Amino acid sequence: MKKGKTEFIYEIGKSCSRYDAVSKVTGRERYAADYYSKDMLWAGVKRAGVSHAKIRDIDISKALSLNGVIKILTFKDIKGNNRVGVVKRDQPVLVEDKIRHFGDAIALIIAEGRDILKEAINLIEIRYDPLPPVFDPLEALKQGAPLIHEDNPDGNILLKGEIRKGRGEDAFRDCDEIVEANFSFAHQEHAYLETECGFAIYHEDSQILEIVASTQSPFRDRFEVAEALGIELDRVRIIAPYCGGAFGGKDGITVQCLLGLAAINCPNRPIKMWWDREESIISGVKRHPAKLHYRLGAKSDGIFHALSVDIYYDTGPYDHLGGAVMALGLEHSGGPYRIPHTHLRAWAVYTNSPVGGAFRGFGVPQVMGAMEQVVDMMADRLGICPLEIRLKNALIEGDENPVGMKLTTSTGLRECLESLKNHPWWKERKRWKSEVGRFKLRGIGVSSVFHAMGYGPVIPDTAEAKIELTDDGKIRVYAGVVDMGQGNASTYLQIAGSILNQTPKQMELVLPDTKRCLPSGSSSASRTTYTYGNALIRATLKLKEKILRRALDMLKSQDIEAIEILPGKIRDRDRGKEVSLRDISILMEEDERTERYLFKAPVCEEKVIEDERLSLHGIPHLIFSYGVHLAYVEIDRLTGEVEIKRYLTISDCGKILNPQLFEQQMHGGIAQGIGYALYEDFSVEQGRIKTDDLTTYIIPGARDIPDMESIAIELSEDTGPFGLKGSGEIAMNGPLPAISNAIADACGARIFTSPITAEKVLRALERREGGR
Amino acid sequence: MKVRFILNGKEVELDVSPFKRVIDVLREDLALTGTKEGCGEGECGACTILVDGRSKLSCLMLAPQLDGREVTTIEGIGSEDSLHPIQEAFIEKGAIQCGFCTPGMIMEALYLLKNNPELTRDEIRKGISGNLCRCTGYQKIVDAIEVAFIKTKRQDNLK
Repeated sequence: MKKGKTEFIYEIGKSCSRYDAVSKVTGRERYAADYYSKDMLWAGVKRAGVSHAKIRDIDISKALSLNGVIKILTFKDIKGNNRVGVVKRDQPVLVEDKIRHFGDAIALIIAEGRDILKEAINLIEIRYDPLPPVFDPLEALKQGAPLIHEDNPDGNILLKGEIRKGRGEDAFRDCDEIVEANFSFAHQEHAYLETECGFAIYHEDSQILEIVASTQSPFRDRFEVAEALGIELDRVRIIAPYCGGAFGGKDGITVQCLLGLAAINCPNRPIKMWWDREESIISGVKRHPAKLHYRLGAKSDGIFHALSVDIYYDTGPYDHLGGAVMALGLEHSGGPYRIPHTHLRAWAVYTNSPVGGAFRGFGVPQVMGAMEQVVDMMADRLGICPLEIRLKNALIEGDENPVGMKLTTSTGLRECLESLKNHPWWKERKRWKSEVGRFKLRGIGVSSVFHAMGYGPVIPDTAEAKIELTDDGKIRVYAGVVDMGQGNASTYLQIAGSILNQTPKQMELVLPDTKRCLPSGSSSASRTTYTYGNALIRATLKLKEKILRRALDMLKSQDIEAIEILPGKIRDRDRGKEVSLRDISILMEEDERTERYLFKAPVCEEKVIEDERLSLHGIPHLIFSYGVHLAYVEIDRLTGEVEIKRYLTISDCGKILNPQLFEQQMHGGIAQGIGYALYEDFSVEQGRIKTDDLTTYIIPGARDIPDMESIAIELSEDTGPFGLKGSGEIAMNGPLPAISNAIADACGARIFTSPITAEKVLRALERREGGR
Repeated sequence: MKVRFILNGKEVELDVSPFKRVIDVLREDLALTGTKEGCGEGECGACTILVDGRSKLSCLMLAPQLDGREVTTIEGIGSEDSLHPIQEAFIEKGAIQCGFCTPGMIMEALYLLKNNPELTRDEIRKGISGNLCRCTGYQKIVDAIEVAFIKTKRQDNLK
């Protein structure tokens, strides 16, 4: 065995390789996509192919007559409420009468092989009466707009939020300068490499439905599957292997209900479903496109005084997590700044567009994309350096943030900005810009970012850790939260291993399984290590105490201080006597060898928001991570192409448990942010996605992302596990504004829509040249 | 039809449909699920394998194209007990997140290492530009390939 897995003792704060590294580099890790069996059937879905229509009838006869087609099911075959949705259950598993978007699921086909499945899907005919569609959130809010859900009391409004602080709009009267801009940001596709997939079997004897799925939320999935299909909760088991990427797109139901429905209709037969890339893009959720209007007022010294914001999120036809996305965007819309007077409004609007849902950043990349550009516009107007204006207005602990919550937890934005000020890349920016070559333009841009952690004040943000000393003397951690690639499962082993002084070889990991692990919430909201980690520390300490007590007896030692835990054993330091963990485990009953601990994340106790619907959707949060981004860009004057030459982030995400994993989160967030800013040109026409493969939807490749530097200032967040705060999402929030600001710096023209394609830059350059 | 080839050093003979894609032969018939499918149309590189030492996309090949060839998949280059230097470098440099692009990335890296006397970071980036990764931002993957290249070159020099 080579180094990496066995040779080190876990330690907090030191880089160590992931527990899953070896199985992943050897191709042996078994993802949901890798489940097969000999007598397995394939299930697939007939999709609507139209954006808004009433179904007249569905003709399955031709498809059913195909040799190898086992069953074709429609909504009529569903015994439960046929509804899914994380907050509001408004999405049918299979459409009953009305199609609301292009990718709606109409019929479920079960066949012996994939080829027959495809043929059968093509033979199903849906006859429908078209309805007038609506794709723009502003159009959808107008009187007389087509209604997406006729029974929704607020028409096409899924959720509206309004927050006023201080004197709101009136305060603009006292401002010396006001800047104003409209922004429009496009959809973003998750493009995880493992598309939505799963494997299910319904055991007729025990009446247990087992589903292995690529999911971020196994415990919530279990509820949704049970309710949608009309089976008892305790009859559903969800198993969640490592995801091949998820980023929010697997937070909620994708294949689970469809697979469950197929399985209960074909008892004892394993069923596989695996969406291809096109189906994944058409049917999966997206980052919400948004239209934003920003107005920022400041005093002549650059102190922000008033802010007014209107944001329209296009949530598509279903809630999914659209209300919560809107609320988080609203909460972050004023940026990480002290602004005494604000009037913030946001809408999540139903349309016939693709379904909006969770995506790393969760509504915040849109508002940061707008706010941080308005901040630069203000700096420019007042002739103040962009870094200075941010320093003047940066939130510090004890301040009220733009929604009126007093910050009582670690707030390190100022430290990040100060650190940038002293960084060589900041100091040498002018020289770098002056060394520009022919036909090139150079610019630098900064953005400040922040990101909340956890579910907010109402929905309990809890995790229950479980840890066991196995009968073989190993330490086994039962992860209740999915590892979708971010490495939280490895960090759990690092946490328990460091407390118990063990090596990876002494540790075992059970990935989330509703039968074996305890409910610990979804892998989302930058919460996984914070919440589960806090629970695990306490469970591990309890187990350690028990092990030491037992060892004390076995070693016939008097003093618990004299014995120490070592990899695989306990030793009496004074007498040199040892006993193995295995021998200790033999003396313990199974319950005694297992410890659990339920942790509930702290919430803001202060009443900040009157609107209870907004608190339910997460406002206000108690803990935020902060950061600053710096982008160096070079523009080709002849083609408009933008190249990122350097990228730096300085972050306050609390103490860092594993620097390597922290860097991975920063790099990944930046790369997705660069894609969002420059390349990912999601195109929808009349509800039909035109960029429905990786040939037309361009995500960054290895030549599009520069080498990046990620610095952590490591302030301790006292409520966090070993001082940690969340770092999963924050890096996604910075690139769009930092790059936009750098482009504006380079070419003197600002582009208010995303992505910033070469064509847009070229047009902006032409406008600028023409204006001279 | 019958197809015969060398797979990870061992001879195999299969009776398969001539229209079956190589990736399906590997994953379904041979239970070698280390080779991943990310797009099915040659855009993402997750299904990269080596055929007669050249990197190929197994989602774009049909079973008969393997006949008489030497095929290497991720399962054939190293195991938990004896990792390939590239696998070691991926672990050491933290080049893995979700891991779904990893097998294809490693196969492409292996091809690059074997066929280039020199490899700069830019050349590595160019070499893996057909392999998409949505998690890492590529930097640590480039670091890993760079380290593996230096190590294997040093070993070659010692020989």
